[in-house]
Amino acid sequence: MFSFLINRLLQSIVVLIAVALIAFSLFKFVGDPINNMVGQDTTLQEREELRERLGLNDPFHLQFYHFIKNAVVGDFGISYRHKVPVSDLIAERAPATLELSIISALLSVFIGIPMGVYTAIHRRGFISRSFMSLSLVGISLPTFLIGILFIFLFGVILRWLPTFGRGEVVSIGWWTTGLLTWSGIKSLILPSITLALFQMTLIMRLVRTEMLEVLCTDYIKFARARGLSEQAINFGHALKNTLIPVITIIGLQLGLVMAFAIITETVFQWPGMGMLFIQSIEEVDVPVMAAYLMMISVIFVSINLLVDILYAYIDPRLTIDGGSKHG
Amino acid sequence: MTLLEAKNISIGFPSRHGMFVAVKDVSFNVQPGEILGVVGESGAGKSTVGNAIIALLEPPGEIIAGEVWFKGKRIDNLPEEEKRSMRGRHIGMIFQDPQTSLDPLKTIKQQLVETIDVHLRLGRKGSEKRAIELLEKVGIPDPELRINHYPHQFSGGMRQRVVIALALCGEPELIIADEPTTALDVSVQKQILDLMRKLCIETNVGMILVTHDMGVIAEVTDRVAVMYNSKLMEIGPTSQILSNPQHEYTKSLISAIPRPDKRIDRFPLVSYIEQIIEPEQAFNIKEHWLGQAQEYTMPVADDGTILQVKDLCMRFQISNSLFKSKRRYLDAVKGANFTIKEGETFGIVGESGSGKSTIARMVTGLYTPYSGSVNFLGKEISAINHTPEVLAYRRQMQMVFQDPFSSLNSRMRVMSIVAEPIMFHKLAQSREEAEQIVLDLLKLVGMSDDAYAKYPHQFSGGQRQRISIARALATRPRFLICDEPTSALDVSVQAQILNLLKDLQQELNLSMLFISHDLPVIRQMCDRVAVMQFGAILEQADTEQLFQNPQHQYTQHLLSLMPKLDMLPGRGLS
Repeated sequence: MFSFLINRLLQSIVVLIAVALIAFSLFKFVGDPINNMVGQDTTLQEREELRERLGLNDPFHLQFYHFIKNAVVGDFGISYRHKVPVSDLIAERAPATLELSIISALLSVFIGIPMGVYTAIHRRGFISRSFMSLSLVGISLPTFLIGILFIFLFGVILRWLPTFGRGEVVSIGWWTTGLLTWSGIKSLILPSITLALFQMTLIMRLVRTEMLEVLCTDYIKFARARGLSEQAINFGHALKNTLIPVITIIGLQLGLVMAFAIITETVFQWPGMGMLFIQSIEEVDVPVMAAYLMMISVIFVSINLLVDILYAYIDPRLTIDGGSKHG
Repeated sequence: MTLLEAKNISIGFPSRHGMFVAVKDVSFNVQPGEILGVVGESGAGKSTVGNAIIALLEPPGEIIAGEVWFKGKRIDNLPEEEKRSMRGRHIGMIFQDPQTSLDPLKTIKQQLVETIDVHLRLGRKGSEKRAIELLEKVGIPDPELRINHYPHQFSGGMRQRVVIALALCGEPELIIADEPTTALDVSVQKQILDLMRKLCIETNVGMILVTHDMGVIAEVTDRVAVMYNSKLMEIGPTSQILSNPQHEYTKSLISAIPRPDKRIDRFPLVSYIEQIIEPEQAFNIKEHWLGQAQEYTMPVADDGTILQVKDLCMRFQISNSLFKSKRRYLDAVKGANFTIKEGETFGIVGESGSGKSTIARMVTGLYTPYSGSVNFLGKEISAINHTPEVLAYRRQMQMVFQDPFSSLNSRMRVMSIVAEPIMFHKLAQSREEAEQIVLDLLKLVGMSDDAYAKYPHQFSGGQRQRISIARALATRPRFLICDEPTSALDVSVQAQILNLLKDLQQELNLSMLFISHDLPVIRQMCDRVAVMQFGAILEQADTEQLFQNPQHQYTQHLLSLMPKLDMLPGRGLS
């Protein structure tokens, strides 16, 4: 178990360094940042001084070393456009994105799994069939279209819910939350459902397929032959076995939810990191792009690490080493 | 009082093409304390009968006619909820494969306590106490400690004991055991059968034992019902059915069982079962492409040795660690030594995990040996490489695998499957010539003329194994490795395949490495035998000598476990 964890940690670090290299290469090869930073009337000499001051004349590996050294402590330099430290920018935007994506993740897990279980148990029922047909919509319609449809229906025609922004937010330390005000919660509904819809239907279909397979196994048949109730069989035995393979996919998908909140944020004018990222691309604000890349990769890697640990926790065949057979 | 009575039951599976009737008009009864065997080959409908009685037929299967009575009460027309409350409480079931019939994520305790609590309502403490008693009863040592373990921490035999304990949780009066020992080794099989016998006597439980194995039937059952093609052929006391079978099918089935006691030339075929095309000699094999292999190949050593294995070892890593001292290995084969002469069949016998298949895989080059050498026709071939030179030697050696269902590519037609090695080794001048050879090969292994255009799934297990053999012969090998070639097959089909292998060996002067766990089969097939246990060869001798005068203690033990079929006609007297 211990060596397994060490192994995974080392792998994670390798992945992070690889991403850092790509992120850093952006500085080096995507245009000249100085051009974007200074006005037209800056002299060549002034430009050179600035270049020297920012360390842009150092050799590649030295620059990379400085980048890593600073990145480890969360310092990604100064945004070219906003002229403030990138870390401050991110800290300011992160709560909006995290709140949105965590709520959608919870929605997709806590609605998707029960729906999957239901459709697997009542395979031929009318409700299951309707769920399955509806889930096709969730899987095949692109997020932006769903978002716009929602805005049109609930915002423009019915006028029930706000269609942009976070509403009123409350600050707790450096964190800002929309969950404590009525308008904040109302603003969260449409974007979080839009973001969750795809994952929800994916999880539902995944759970359904996996559960159908588990229900055909011998140990479920044996549980039936022992006279256990359907309840005990479905939720006590089948569900846990179903979740083992599903967890991996859910982990990967949740990473995607955070990383690609971009589209939803753009549609709903959500002031999160996705918006920041889109703007920084438009402005070639390389430090912001690099920091965003690094952050997303950290999130992905840690979710995967978490999934691995969870896996070992749920499946006893992994924690207790296989050699302890007796008799 | 009669425990269970099935009156003229028929079981059907409705489908788009009408009703498929899996069981037709079957009647039998079971008395308390009695073991009724239900024997038949795959597809005979014997498992379906068991599933119908416990009301666990795969939907949409249903009992379409007849009645099932349990202790004077009709049970086949009860509502679903009452059927469920019968299961486990009055009728229990044991499944074939102990590896898959326990929930892998729950401890034995959780599974036992849950089941006991449903039926007996003993509460938590009471159920736990009862669970430990049950484990003790089925012969699990240290039940207090073992009860907290997960299924994967038990060996196959122990796991089947746990399954039996689980089936006993509700104190049922009738237990249906569906092939309970098929997945187990001989020695473990004997223990489990003894345990089931003991339980029936002690607790007066009635049992229906469904199996394809006549040895198991002879060992434990009181009465036996023989099923064939959805119908009950005959039913009666076991000794009577085995010694004096009335029905033609029963007679031919019994005659197809390999005899453990005496070597015979050919297996009697189960003539009743199907019209078999006896492999006919449609061409002179010496003049045919197949018979001309000799001139291309390398000469055998002067003493006739075709394969020599020296100090062969295989080691698998079973747990990885950063520290070398903490890594753990499994020595699957520990220094095997043997030689095989031309035209000889060399057998390796042993229980699962003894390393016999690992040797086969090293000889064929599927595994690289950890150490030691494999010398084939004077050439060292233990390292996996594919230089043209080594390939020429490898071509002389082919393998027939155990499972005919997974060893043929299901997306290829039989023609392409058998022609592939011919084309790969460029053994034919043209595609047309190769196709003619394939047709001849298929005829040689006893397949019908139209087989070449079909896909593997259109054939039965035995026919597929014939195709595998044809494919192995397609490179004109001189050496054939058969890894449990018949253990997935019914006994009648097994007889055909073993006859085929014997015939081919004589005609083509093949040498064979024959791996099996089945001692009677080994006795019929092999000239010399090696007995393996825990990766080591314990004893090597001529087959007759080994069976009549085993030297090693383990060999003696194995031989003593062979099912006693003394009561079969014409046996036990010689």
